[in-house]
Amino acid sequence: MAAIHSAPLWLVVLVKSALLLLVVITTFAYAMLAERKVMAWMQLRPGPNRVGPWGLLQPAADALKMMFKEDLTPKTADPLIYKLAPFISLISAFGAYAIIPFSEPSPGDLWSIGNVNAGILFIFALTALGVYGISLGGWASGSKYPLLGSVRSTAQMISYELAMSMSVIGVLLLAGTTSLAGIVHAQHRIWFVIPQLIGFVIYLITAVAETNRAPFDLVEADAELVAGFHTEYSGLRFGLFFIAEYVNMLTVSCIATLLFLGGWNPLFGLTVVPGIVWFLLKVSFFLFFYIWLRATLPRFRYDRLMAFGWKVLLPAATANLVVTAIVVAYIG
Amino acid sequence: MLLFWLLGILLIASAVFVVMQRKPVYSVVGLLLHFAILAVFYLTLNAEFLAVIQIVIYTGAILILFVFVIALLSSGTEAFAAGPNRMPKAGVPAALLALVALGLLIYGVSRGNLFASGAHVAASTSIAGPPGTANVFGSVADFGKALFTTHLLPFEIMALILMVAVVGVVALAGDESPYVPTRKRASAVEREMREAIVRAGEG
Repeated sequence: MAAIHSAPLWLVVLVKSALLLLVVITTFAYAMLAERKVMAWMQLRPGPNRVGPWGLLQPAADALKMMFKEDLTPKTADPLIYKLAPFISLISAFGAYAIIPFSEPSPGDLWSIGNVNAGILFIFALTALGVYGISLGGWASGSKYPLLGSVRSTAQMISYELAMSMSVIGVLLLAGTTSLAGIVHAQHRIWFVIPQLIGFVIYLITAVAETNRAPFDLVEADAELVAGFHTEYSGLRFGLFFIAEYVNMLTVSCIATLLFLGGWNPLFGLTVVPGIVWFLLKVSFFLFFYIWLRATLPRFRYDRLMAFGWKVLLPAATANLVVTAIVVAYIG
Repeated sequence: MLLFWLLGILLIASAVFVVMQRKPVYSVVGLLLHFAILAVFYLTLNAEFLAVIQIVIYTGAILILFVFVIALLSSGTEAFAAGPNRMPKAGVPAALLALVALGLLIYGVSRGNLFASGAHVAASTSIAGPPGTANVFGSVADFGKALFTTHLLPFEIMALILMVAVVGVVALAGDESPYVPTRKRASAVEREMREAIVRAGEG
C-alpha cells in the first residue's frame, strides 16, 4: 500500500494496466471455455474434454492454433485498413477498463486505474469507436459477405446504442452523477435494478445487441453470411476480433453490475465478504446469462431486429426516462 | 505548451491527410484520427464533457454514416476518378479570402492574448475532477446547468432546427417518392407474390 503512494504516477498506471490486461485476457480465455462447456451441457454433450483435466488447457491450445495459422490477406482487400481494423476493435474494447472501478475506492485507488468524472459517457464513447473495427474490417475485406455483415453491424449498433444510452440516463438521473464510483455509492440503500427495472431490461437486451451476440448476431449470421464481417480474416487477426467480442461482453457485464446491481455493494448486508468478490460474482452472473441466452434463443430476422430496436426499445426507454425525470424532479 | 504544439501539428496533419487522400475510406480514417486528437485537445483544456461528446456524436454517429455510405456506394478499394479541375478559376479568390480570414484570426488572437489565457486555465486545474463534484470547470454537472439555464433558448432553437430537418426528411422520403420501401408498398409486394404463388398452384 505504502509503495503505491510513493511510486510515480506513470509507473503505478503502467503496472496496473499490465496486470489488468493479464486478468482480462485470462478471463476472456476461460469465459470462452465456460461458454463451450455450458452450452455443451445444455445440449447434452460433454464439450471440450481432451486438452488437460476437464479441458482446462483448451484455451491455451486454441491460442497456439490461432498463432500458427497463416495470416491471409485477400487480393481484393485494402491492405492498410484490413490490417488496422482488428486493432481498432481491440483497443476500444480494452480502453473501457481504464476507468472501471472494481471495488470500493481505497486510498491510492487500488481498484481502478483512473477515475473519470464523465465515467459512463467515456465508456459510451469507446463503444462508439468499436463499431469502426467491424464496419471498416468488413468493408476492407473486399468481398460481398463481409460487406453485408459490416453494413448490418453499422445499422444495428447505431440503432441499439441509442436505446442503450436512453436506458442508462434513468440511472444517471437517480444517482445525480456520471462517475461510475459515484453511481455505485448512490446504490448504497437500494440497487437501481428495482426502481429502474424497465431501464435494466432494455439495457440487457441492447447490451446483447451491442456485443453482436446471439440472438442478435446478425453481423456474423453463419447461415446467411458465412461468418459476416470476419469471413476473410484468419489467424491472429481473427483472434483479435474474437478477443474483442468477449472483452466487450465482459465490459457490458461490468457496466450492468455497476449501474444496476449495486457494483461491489454486498447482498443481505454481508460486509464480511470483500467488495471485489461481490463484484466478480455479479459479473459472472451476467456472463452466464449471456451464454444461457445463446444456447436458448434462435437468431432474429434482420427487419424484425430493426423494428424491435426502433419501435419497441427506443419508445420504452424514452417513456422510462420521462417518468424517471418527473419522479426525480418532484419527489426525489 | 509543448503538448499544445504537438497536438496542433498532429491535428492539422490529420486534417491535411483527410483532404489529400484519393480513397474515400482513407479520408474517413484520417477524420477519425482528427476527431480523436480534437477530443484530446478538449481534455487538455479541462473540457472533459465536451471531449467525450465530441467522440460520441462525431465519431459515433456522424462519421459512421460516412462509412455506411461509402460501404454502400463505392465499389470497394478503388480511388475516386478525378473530376473536372475547377481550381484555376475559383482557386485564386478563394485562397485570398482564406488568407484574409486567417490574418484577421491571427490579429484577433494576438490582441486578445488567447494563447496565454488558455494555457493558464489548463495549468491551474487538474484534468479530472474528483468523482461527482459539481463546479469543476467543464464538468458534466456544470455543463448541464449552463445548457439548461443560461443557454436554454439557443439550446431549444437548436433542437427545433434539428426537428425541422427530421420532419423534412420524412416528408421528402414519404409515400409519394419512388424507390423508398414503406409498409404499404411492402405489403403490396407481398400480396402480389402470394397471388403469383396461388396462380402457379392453379396453373
